[in-house]
Amino acid sequence: MAVGLTLIFGVMRVVNFAHGDMMVWGMYLAWLLATRAGVDPYVGFVACAAVLFGLGVLIQRLLVDRIVDAPHEMQILLMLGVALVLENGALVAFGPDPQRVRSPLRAATIWLGPVFVDVARLVTFALAMVLTLALYLFLSRTDLGRTMRAAADNAYGALVIGADVRRVYAMAFGIGAACVGAAGALVSPIVPFQPAGGLGLSVASFNIVIIGGMGSLPGAFLGGLLVSVAESLGAVFLSPSMKELVSFSLLILILLFRPAGLFGRAAP
Amino acid sequence: MSAAGGPLLEVRGVGKRFGGLQAVHDLSFEMARGEVLGLIGPNGAGKTTVFNLLSGFLAPDRGEVRFAGRSLAGLRPHAVCQLGLVRTFQIVRPFPHLSVLDNVRVGALARRPRMAEARERAHAIIEQVGLGAKARQPAAGLTLAERKRLELARALATEPTLLLLDEVMAGLNPTEIEAMVGLVRSINASGVSILLIEHNMRAVMTLSGRIVVLSFGEMIVEGPPAAVANHPRVIEAYLGEEYVHAPAR
Amino acid sequence: MRWLLLAALTVLLVLPAWINSYAVTVFIFIFFYAFLGQAWNLVGGYAGQLSAGHAAFVGIGAYTSALLSAQAGLTPWVGMLVGGVLAAALGTVVGYLGFRFGLRGFYFVLLTVAFAEVCRIVALNTDAVGGALGFYITFTGNPRQFQFQDNRVYYYVALGLMLAATGIVAAIERRRFGAYLIAIREDEQACEALGVNTFRYKMLAMVVSSFLTGVGGTFYAFYLFSLQPNSVFGIPLSVEIVIRPIVGGAGTVLGPILGSFILSPLAEASRIYFGQGGWSGAHLIAYGLLLIAVVLFLPQGAYPALRRLWVKAGAR
Repeated sequence: MAVGLTLIFGVMRVVNFAHGDMMVWGMYLAWLLATRAGVDPYVGFVACAAVLFGLGVLIQRLLVDRIVDAPHEMQILLMLGVALVLENGALVAFGPDPQRVRSPLRAATIWLGPVFVDVARLVTFALAMVLTLALYLFLSRTDLGRTMRAAADNAYGALVIGADVRRVYAMAFGIGAACVGAAGALVSPIVPFQPAGGLGLSVASFNIVIIGGMGSLPGAFLGGLLVSVAESLGAVFLSPSMKELVSFSLLILILLFRPAGLFGRAAP
Repeated sequence: MSAAGGPLLEVRGVGKRFGGLQAVHDLSFEMARGEVLGLIGPNGAGKTTVFNLLSGFLAPDRGEVRFAGRSLAGLRPHAVCQLGLVRTFQIVRPFPHLSVLDNVRVGALARRPRMAEARERAHAIIEQVGLGAKARQPAAGLTLAERKRLELARALATEPTLLLLDEVMAGLNPTEIEAMVGLVRSINASGVSILLIEHNMRAVMTLSGRIVVLSFGEMIVEGPPAAVANHPRVIEAYLGEEYVHAPAR
Repeated sequence: MRWLLLAALTVLLVLPAWINSYAVTVFIFIFFYAFLGQAWNLVGGYAGQLSAGHAAFVGIGAYTSALLSAQAGLTPWVGMLVGGVLAAALGTVVGYLGFRFGLRGFYFVLLTVAFAEVCRIVALNTDAVGGALGFYITFTGNPRQFQFQDNRVYYYVALGLMLAATGIVAAIERRRFGAYLIAIREDEQACEALGVNTFRYKMLAMVVSSFLTGVGGTFYAFYLFSLQPNSVFGIPLSVEIVIRPIVGGAGTVLGPILGSFILSPLAEASRIYFGQGGWSGAHLIAYGLLLIAVVLFLPQGAYPALRRLWVKAGAR
């Protein structure tokens, strides 16, 4: 989830405020697949990723492309508009009530050493790791991946060497969206979701990405781990509803003292 | 704020380091009131860094800057400007959506908080730099030469005692350069001291009473234009060692 | 142009006599959100510091005056000022942290959102202010408690608030404060070089903006009679506040008002139209589309575009 966001930012320097809402759509798609077609989300996430990839490219081509050079406020507002449309589109399409996807893995639990672990969560975790690794390999080994990183470092330079920057941007956005689609699907059996959750997820993604460092993939990954651990600790020591407080406080502190995050590159 | 007899600007042992690079090293020089001092040196010599250090955009790691007898340590750029030391930027930064008049008015407001007065002053200065006809145009629509004038006008509107001009001739054609030289001269004649960074040698030699030459962050030569132009170390810095003993023409 | 505005004002003043109570309610919301948008306009439009957490100030103002009224019997007419001051206190903190640490653009937005969310979560978990159930104000209709039997009085109060905020912004725009804010929005560093203490002016804008917004919180509390942390501190409210100046024209005096006149009826219309199936959230789709359209085609907002048309028409 956060990895997708940092990819979009790193390559295009555009902050995707609609991230969380895209994730919600990923979740709903998984749900649709599960209920209508009987496809388990742990398999279906591939389809969700694909659909969201398409959506991402579409959004990028139609909208984001036009404002890549615009002042940041405009970019923020544009994505906010997209977020609003997506979130309330989901509201209209699926209704406001929380949903959850049933997966056969849901009920199973196993012992992992001294700890009782949910199989579903384990699978989600494992798949997320695999996907992250795959993305990392993609960026470092393939041509397109390397072009993307080049464009991230220096858009002008990339143009000079003949890279089709617009296409790279579209791909980056698409892949970022795909990540989030997959994330949504993978998480759908574990967490109840509803349209209104979109903005909360966006903020959570931002939290993670800022803490880990904008534009840095390992940062996003570690940031995700860090934030989850911090939140869980918060839930244990303070109270469950206050756990968000922990991540927000962390966000404020990082914003003030180290906006580049733990691994980040330059600020926008 | 006075020391009327002393030097206007005193730079003593100023140093600034960025990570591994010593951008400015043990720099010391002085400026008298009414002077035009040229600051030259090859690219990367640290000239703009010096401007940043003087105007409060950067703080020196070492050494001290005194302006009209007053230390500038710890002052933010706006405070430095209020004291009478104002700078222009190498890459001009007009307020794009504002008109030429409104641009200059922002500068004028520094000394004339009342809008009407500031407006009048802005008008006067715009005329002085020759942009009168374009007063109402948005700054974004000006040519480069006009934008340089605008940048100059805006700084002038703050009624400075010392004006730091950063490559104000860069990008101008010979006619425009002549005009700009005349303008700078007239500004100096009206009592404003000027410290200018310039690559255009003719302009610097014509305008400056004295020149300071910087190379790799250090001052290598200081003196009147004629002396500096033929100084072997200056030639070495710009063109390399081979040219130092080239036959004179 | 002046005459047009005066005429519009006159119409607004006498309108309640001719329209039904539902229409009066619509206008109340137009005025109220225009007021909040105008307050935001100072820091978001003029100074260019996008704050997406202004709901926090509404919430603080609302809860303060509500609590003071319920527990200390303090009339909201005074409580309103206390609420405003407390909101301004938070504004000072947020502004100080943001500006002193040089947070710009996206990072500043995030900072404001973070603070608003923290307020929301704290309110949700503090039983003393009602927690998740919210805080309710008993209706007495007593003007001394900022409550009125007749909807029309609320209309005039809201109108008054909107005009006051607009007057303040207009006055600021005419003076050095306003000119400096606009210049800061254009290029902050260049301003510094010209002697503008950018930190001070941004802070000032933030303080005035948050104070006014906090005052608005009192109106919110004593018009709606119930305070829910998710509504009054939530991001949706911040969006409502921000979208009006943006669509109408951020950094212009009439922008927020124009924006409100466009958006509130739009919201009402879609609420009615979609009311059955899709929930009141559907009007936000329209908001979203409008926001996208504005950013792509009319980045400066509706008012500057209209003014250009007006000038062209006048030239003929």
